[in-house]
Amino acid sequence: MAKYKMHLLVCGGTSCRASASDSIIEKFKSEIAANGLENDVQVILTGCFGFCENGPIVKVLPDNTFYTQVKPEDVTEIIAEHVIKGKKVNRLIYNPEQKKGSKSKGFYRKQIRIALRNCGVINPENVDEYIARDGYQAIGKVLKDYTPAQAIDIIKKSGLRGRGGGGFPTGLKWEIASKNAADQKYVVCNADEGDPGAFMDRSVLEGDPHSVLEAMAICGYCIGATQGVIYIRAEYPLAITRLKIAINQAREYGLLGKDILGSGFDFDITLRYGAGAFVCGEETSLIHSMEGLRGEPTNKPPFPAESGYLGKPTNVNNVETFASVPVIILKGADWFSSIGTEKSKGTKVFALAGKINNVGLIEVPMGTTLREVIFEIGGGIKNGKKFKAAQTGGPSGGCLTEKHLDTPIDFDNLIAAGSMMGSGGMIVMDEDDCMVSIAKFFLDFTVEESCGKCAPCRIGNKRLYEILERITNGEGTMEELERLRNLSLVIKDTSLCGLGQTSPNPVLSTMDNFYHEYLAHVNDKKCPAGQCKSLMKYVIEPEACVGCTACARNCPVNAISGERKKPHVIDTAICIKCGACIEKCKFNAISIK
Amino acid sequence: MAKIKSLDDLRMMKESLQSKINLREKGEDPGSHVQIKVAMATCGIASGAKTVMEFMMEELEKRGIESVVTQTGCMGYCYAEPTIEVKLPGQEPVVFGYVDTKKADEIIEKYIKNGELVEGIIPMNYETIDNK
Repeated sequence: MAKYKMHLLVCGGTSCRASASDSIIEKFKSEIAANGLENDVQVILTGCFGFCENGPIVKVLPDNTFYTQVKPEDVTEIIAEHVIKGKKVNRLIYNPEQKKGSKSKGFYRKQIRIALRNCGVINPENVDEYIARDGYQAIGKVLKDYTPAQAIDIIKKSGLRGRGGGGFPTGLKWEIASKNAADQKYVVCNADEGDPGAFMDRSVLEGDPHSVLEAMAICGYCIGATQGVIYIRAEYPLAITRLKIAINQAREYGLLGKDILGSGFDFDITLRYGAGAFVCGEETSLIHSMEGLRGEPTNKPPFPAESGYLGKPTNVNNVETFASVPVIILKGADWFSSIGTEKSKGTKVFALAGKINNVGLIEVPMGTTLREVIFEIGGGIKNGKKFKAAQTGGPSGGCLTEKHLDTPIDFDNLIAAGSMMGSGGMIVMDEDDCMVSIAKFFLDFTVEESCGKCAPCRIGNKRLYEILERITNGEGTMEELERLRNLSLVIKDTSLCGLGQTSPNPVLSTMDNFYHEYLAHVNDKKCPAGQCKSLMKYVIEPEACVGCTACARNCPVNAISGERKKPHVIDTAICIKCGACIEKCKFNAISIK
Repeated sequence: MAKIKSLDDLRMMKESLQSKINLREKGEDPGSHVQIKVAMATCGIASGAKTVMEFMMEELEKRGIESVVTQTGCMGYCYAEPTIEVKLPGQEPVVFGYVDTKKADEIIEKYIKNGELVEGIIPMNYETIDNK
């Protein structure tokens, strides 16, 4: 069989398909056949290029030509010029400078992988592959060339901010911990990733565990700690296995342990498993849990940097924050701070989940817009539905709506929009999602996860949940809507830790952006998205019903009655809205109202 | 494993490992090694990456194709798991998504043996820090 000399890759992502990529493929195939090139050129449909705005995309291999906005009419020219004569069709080649309003990007790609640089590239269970990709060079450089203060200065200048949620400047955190004198200090890695729908920390640990170990050692040198602890949830068995392998390999090479790289600096890392409590992602709770105490927060100050694990100065950073550190050391603070926005530097990893086509992990420069993330990299909304909202920051965050689509995503803009960066989970919702139910879902989560120490969070959230439940049951009143908002504000102001201070955010944010949905539930007793079961009614259309009795025979609660060959009726008082009747009806006589 | 005693030792080790990997990836002699990486993070394994990896290893050996099959972390295309990256000697790596054993068989027969692409390619859509 002949080997192809050239490949034409045509994007078959949802969005390119919508703009005729199917007919482009057909046309390519027929033109190739017409020119007798079937054995030389292969046309192939590919997955999404993450560049939907400029679709349909055609990529030519082996010369890597990237054509955008290709129309079926362009096919003949591509075949005649490029394929046959080897001359590229310049007018179709993507040229970023031509696009007005867009920042000049070196290449068409929207993503830059810094924290994920080795994920999916190296074998995480082989330290040699990490070393071959500059692994442990950063700790070597820091130990040899920099004093702790100089290294901290690089991190400060880079503008790196904590990726765990709060966005506290990492360099500053290290500096504070370094200035508190003590006989022992600790470096803690917070791998207690608990937001529903977030999985970037897990992926980093599973794909590139050494980058976190290296960064912890750098942090240890900077703040004067010789012991590091990774607090990881026990629900991440694969990440734990790979971390253990990585720690052992690093020890064997002397990259952890005594006298690292002949510098006289000692540093070792142990693992501590969390039992999956959400509140233990909060640093004081995490430290208590590590000490074997209940995972409950305490008031700050004292900050962990003064008195943390076992009463010693402790620096806690998140996995993704650590994963960015070695690159900053090697490439410099200026390089890192050249990426991103004024106050949020570098890149951020997002876990895309929900009603989005390309569910997965992405890493984009800070300042990328929500539109680019969802409609380009994410490939748009599933089944061509309409975008409604994206929840960032998990149960502590809020939703971003259509009006936020063009806001550059960074720490400060998200807070201004009533949400937050959080750890980077992004749950995308479409027109079929009921926003009151979404708020209820997150409240259910926080009620479950509240540690119970302070009253506003323990009791207040429970009451919020009950009000939301009444609203979704169609029992809500306007007074309750008022109370919902007031109570939310009180909980925010008076709770002890971050969990309670942020738990009403999903309520407030959905009330701000989708108040009409709340009103529809309260006033009209209707759920616009058709999600709230209690507000739905199953009705048999008498004109369409032939009286076959299929529905009545399949109803698990005998709510349907009627004679054979005569229209049946559903007793809504008994109906449990299971939907069994709709499935069985062959005449589409049953509808939901 | 011997301990690495200094930064210079580490640098030397990096150089030698890098050239070893380069040799493996680029292949001095075309038609030598096919390199396959299987994304084996939780998302991949949950969708059957282990089966695919075992299948690849067994079948490539049975069919007498010189190859290195290794595991790697999440490539980020969780929607299309299991994903594998195939690198033919002297060529750019290609990522395939939704790879079950049937697809893996097709990839071996068509792409690895004949250089003919099969459907399910996921274009690389990010920049690495190396070219930044």
